[in-house]
Amino acid sequence: MKRFELRGRGDYGEWRDAAREALCQGLSPREVEWGATGTQAGLFDTGLPPDFRGETAEIGGRRAVTVPSAFVELSKAVLCHSDPRRFDLCYRLLWRLQTDKPLLRVVTDPDVALAHAFAKSVGRDTHKMKAFVRFREIPTQGPRRAFVAWFEPEHFIVARTAGFFQRRFNDMDWLIATPKGSAAWDGETLRVSDEAAEKPDIRDETDDLWRTYFANIFNPARLKVQAMQSEMPKKYWKNLPEAELIPDLIRSAEHRVREMKERGASDTAPKFHERLQQRADQSAPNRSRV
Amino acid sequence: MKKTLKERLAILSDAAKYDASCASSGTSKRDSSSGGLGSTEGSGICHAYAPDGRCISLLKILMTNFCIFDCAYCINRSSSNVERARFTPDEVVWLTLEFYRRNYIEGLFLSSGIIRNSDYTMEQMVRIARDLRLKHDFRGYIHLKTIPEASAALIEEAGLYADRLSINIELPTDAGVEAFAPQKHPANIRRSMGELKQKIDAASEPTYKKRRKRFVPAGQSTQMIIGADQTTDATILGSSAGLYSRFRLRRVYYSAFSPIPDASKVLPLIKPPLVREHRLYQADWLYRFYGFDIGEITAGRPDGMLDLELDPKLAWALENRARFPVDVNRADKEMLLRVPGFGVKAVQSILSVRRFRRLKLEDLQRLKVSLRKIKPFVVTADWTPVRLIDRADLRTLFAPEPQQLVLL
Repeated sequence: MKRFELRGRGDYGEWRDAAREALCQGLSPREVEWGATGTQAGLFDTGLPPDFRGETAEIGGRRAVTVPSAFVELSKAVLCHSDPRRFDLCYRLLWRLQTDKPLLRVVTDPDVALAHAFAKSVGRDTHKMKAFVRFREIPTQGPRRAFVAWFEPEHFIVARTAGFFQRRFNDMDWLIATPKGSAAWDGETLRVSDEAAEKPDIRDETDDLWRTYFANIFNPARLKVQAMQSEMPKKYWKNLPEAELIPDLIRSAEHRVREMKERGASDTAPKFHERLQQRADQSAPNRSRV
Repeated sequence: MKKTLKERLAILSDAAKYDASCASSGTSKRDSSSGGLGSTEGSGICHAYAPDGRCISLLKILMTNFCIFDCAYCINRSSSNVERARFTPDEVVWLTLEFYRRNYIEGLFLSSGIIRNSDYTMEQMVRIARDLRLKHDFRGYIHLKTIPEASAALIEEAGLYADRLSINIELPTDAGVEAFAPQKHPANIRRSMGELKQKIDAASEPTYKKRRKRFVPAGQSTQMIIGADQTTDATILGSSAGLYSRFRLRRVYYSAFSPIPDASKVLPLIKPPLVREHRLYQADWLYRFYGFDIGEITAGRPDGMLDLELDPKLAWALENRARFPVDVNRADKEMLLRVPGFGVKAVQSILSVRRFRRLKLEDLQRLKVSLRKIKPFVVTADWTPVRLIDRADLRTLFAPEPQQLVLL
């Protein structure tokens, strides 16, 4: 039995090195144990060995390791998951792929299905991070505007999502801080850390305009609370400036609709409507009005 | 006293919410690596959800809710006493950019009441889009509603800046439009769609030397109001099918007619028919992605309406039991897509896996398919539905518990 202690904060490289060593020693998944310290630096940090990616690599002159590139993509996502089974799951897939080449295409296989479920959950979390990060402006001396966001992802996804924000918000400085790491952009370098960050305390007046928009784009006659919550689960609410309005919007919806109905249609139209009607009648006297 | 920006934002977003579309997907891929602000990466992003369950992806506002038209179903019709307001073009630009920088939105969906005349209104809207693109190098998403009867030159310019253009067909039949929107002309709306389609086609033709200009990369869409008149689902879906095939629209949105403040007396103040709207979307999906003809979907009932209790695919399957059960290890893709409970993705997975393994029920379960739903309709390596498909009470296995009707 061999035990690998990984840092386990979404870094594919540290797992790959450990997995390669185990595979080269011919250790079956039952003979390997995985742990995540979350703090220590990885044990296999020496140098940067070549990627598995679709190639054959001779290791220690003993054995060739090949994996399809789909495995690299899949395991990169799976290893960002916070479930402690992720290292073992990836190693089991790697082990089985050595003798069962089309394994990844059998998406109904229990291991493959679980890996896809993990990857899907990571993908969803990534998507929600792109959606629910809220930047707040901070004062700055330089020519570029600066923004800071606090977000709480479920998985270790900050590094994989940082590029999206760089491509989108290229012309401003920004920092996204999370308990699972942070990312920052200054126009030249994208810096990513997997250390837990502290929640900053920042106010931004524009949040108030956003709340105004959120409250008014809501149609009280179409209340569908479940539909909202399945897409915007409550766990994200505490960092969304607009979410504090939700309970009141829900509570008052029925009343607002009833009031709308009771008030009914008004008997007189505004003055400009009368003028428009007169103008229309003059230019098209034969046209009947509804 | 002049209303504050916040007050006007409240009025002009309230006025915009009856447009269902908030899509920000399917446009050209671009980012701000080479300068400017913003990106679009294929799939849209919903930055928030309102308690009506609708996605908030774009800043969806009206430039103004003053309007010289008097469409009965519309909150902004000239005869309504709703409070009026207007943004300047610079204010719309500012709101879009500031909202975008805070990651509230993917971009702007701008519509407007018609002031003075169609061209004047369209010109102002084009100016906003032009400023966003040229003055501020904004690379996020822009959806412009085109104003009926606006000149072709303005529409063409709008298409250079907008990812999507749309013009609402409003009601599923011409008679409906004429009755409720007397100043709108269905023939002109269709002509406008046709012209836009030609321009989109022309812009997407390859050239020998250089890339053509980007022109409405996310295509055009439209919306029709459901439940304001007596049109049947069969007519509505037929009308959509015509729009999809003639004008290659990306989307037809169905908007359940919803009570509005100071509603017109000619329309009923009813609870919006949300289930019906949902069934229409499902039918629309069957038509576009599952190989169904509209006729097949609506053949089941003589009144031309979709079954509100069952989704349209299940309803079709119950009407066509002779075509089931389907052997998931042998059936072709077209038939697999017709199995109630299989989505497009599940069908792709089945086709991929069965080259290597014979599928059992547990395999289907791992594809996150509901076994309860599919069991009567499929044969797997370890399951045959013994006459289940012939059961007279099959419908009751799926139909929801009867509920007391809720009045508004």
